Amino acid sequence: MALPLEQYLRVAKMPHIWCPGCGHGIVLQAIVRAIHELGIDTEKTVIVSGIGCSARAPGYLHFDTLHTTHGRAIAFATGIKLAKPELNVIVITGDGDAAAIGGNHLIHAARRNLDITVICFNNNIYGMTSGQYSPLTPQGSYATTSPYGMLEKPFDLCNLVMGAGGTFAARSTTYHARQLTNVIKEAISHKGFAFVDALSQCPTYFGRRNKLRTPLDMMNWFKDRAVPVNAWEKLSPEEREDKFPIGVLKKTQATELTEVYKELIQQLQQRGGE
Amino acid sequence: MAENKARLLQGNEAVVEGAIAAGLRFFAGYPITPSTEIAEQAAAKLPTVGGKFIQMEDEIASMAAVCGASLAGVKSMTATSGPGFSLKQENLGFAVKGEIPCVVVNVQRVGPSTGMPTSPAQGDVMQARWGSHGDHEIVALCPSSVEEAFRLTVEAFNIAEEYRTPVILLMDEVIGHLREKVVLPSKEELTIKHREKPSVPPEQYKPFAMDQGRIPGVPPLAAYGEGYRFHVTGLTHGEDGFPTNNPAIAEKQIKRINEKISSNRKALCKVERFFLNDAEVVVVAYGATARSARKAVKDAREQGIKAGLLRPITIWPFVEDALSEVKANLPKAVIVPEMNLGQLVLPVRRVMGDSVPVIQINKLAGQLIEPEEILSAIKEAV
Repeated sequence: MALPLEQYLRVAKMPHIWCPGCGHGIVLQAIVRAIHELGIDTEKTVIVSGIGCSARAPGYLHFDTLHTTHGRAIAFATGIKLAKPELNVIVITGDGDAAAIGGNHLIHAARRNLDITVICFNNNIYGMTSGQYSPLTPQGSYATTSPYGMLEKPFDLCNLVMGAGGTFAARSTTYHARQLTNVIKEAISHKGFAFVDALSQCPTYFGRRNKLRTPLDMMNWFKDRAVPVNAWEKLSPEEREDKFPIGVLKKTQATELTEVYKELIQQLQQRGGE
Repeated sequence: MAENKARLLQGNEAVVEGAIAAGLRFFAGYPITPSTEIAEQAAAKLPTVGGKFIQMEDEIASMAAVCGASLAGVKSMTATSGPGFSLKQENLGFAVKGEIPCVVVNVQRVGPSTGMPTSPAQGDVMQARWGSHGDHEIVALCPSSVEEAFRLTVEAFNIAEEYRTPVILLMDEVIGHLREKVVLPSKEELTIKHREKPSVPPEQYKPFAMDQGRIPGVPPLAAYGEGYRFHVTGLTHGEDGFPTNNPAIAEKQIKRINEKISSNRKALCKVERFFLNDAEVVVVAYGATARSARKAVKDAREQGIKAGLLRPITIWPFVEDALSEVKANLPKAVIVPEMNLGQLVLPVRRVMGDSVPVIQINKLAGQLIEPEEILSAIKEAV
């Protein structure tokens, strides 16, 4: 008997390429569960990715899927959404893909408030190329290109998106799998640019070098540091050290680009018809 | 039917007119001299016909958005110049690999680097051919008048749609900014082609099939949102679109996307022949330079010199057959004037071999090659 979520998967393309203990399968399941619970039209849903471990996810999803170039998934998705606004467009990206090489596209899609959902499989590391630091690698952490510890400060991607004008931002982790599903559901339902920072463990290339050898060590690391957003509000700056908020961090309404465009075209065509 | 009116039109404007006539409904671009008027015109006109324009955050993003829109089933285009053309190369390669129909206009200016932004050049001929990494074929068309900018834009869309490939409209600043009186053809006079859609049910659809399509090796292309649930990737893929490391499958697929262009050279390669039949000296010129070459050939003929012009309209794939015909007549010389240090002269020389001397005229820094310069080269050669 087929499992209820199998209809969303390209089972024939499995086993997947991810390492044992990788968190990406949990995030993938959260996405599929969210789509299932929302009951959105899967024939009208396109899933787009860039390059990296996260970018392989669309290959396992039974939808229209596009595996693009490094960092550019949001830019390809912008073309799809503008060309056919009736499609649900979901971007799956990684922390290097979204925040480094693709950072420009992330902030501009947020600024435009384009109605797409971006889910960042954030494992703090370049996994596909075997463990170089990313703009999300915590300060002091070890990577193959930060052999003396990460010297730079990382981004807070939700803050970045909110600052750029994105109207929905949420964060959760693979430890909080139920909550992750729920925030992805909210993100997909949101009219406007929606961003989910989905923290995922990379025991192979991040954990191994940072005394978090097992997947469980890494998930406990998420558990110990994640603070629900309501509780986060009450913490002092000192208490916030080494912690991060999870849950829906921003949810507002603003004019959305494809809606504005639709109105403009109607106006121009009426004027032309007079 | 209303009579077509004569209009004073700029080359860049004619590109947008041609594109919309060909069915363009999505343009993503980024401002860059000397192509900016194309974006400006697209921004003004597309929403009036139900299409969309977006100024993206950079050149890379505009090439990406064009690919995305085309996969959603909408005819798409971008326009740029040298520095932007360099930035677009990776996603141009993605369009080659994903077999995504689209048009990329490059209004050439002087390079390398920022170069001379407002001055004309023909320095991107080889970049158009080899700018993106890996073995691939490319189609590039080169107009030498405003009217031709219109017609070749339509042609570029038709080729992109028929062959599932990006097509480059390789303009130069002269043609981009030139204003000429033109009578544009009416809708009825134009042939507009559309990509072939799959006729099989979704579960049988192979978006990268080896042996399907009106043109062999060009498989039909579904659009996102039509229920086909297909996968497109820049990774080397099999007929189903999914990545493969199987060398036999990979080789077949790489060859197919190359051969769908190279084996159709005859259909794709267009030239203009001007006084070529009995020519003792043949000028091979394209774009703005071909205008000077035409005048030089006319003047030479008036002086009793048997000169002729071969104008490649298709730059890539290279017009080898037309050049071979020239070679067969054993002219005294072939002259190749270009606003670069010698780019298209390389394949010309390859065809001519030792049989016919090939003379270059090259000018840089935005200086036009004047008819007199070509005429004196003709006189020296006879």
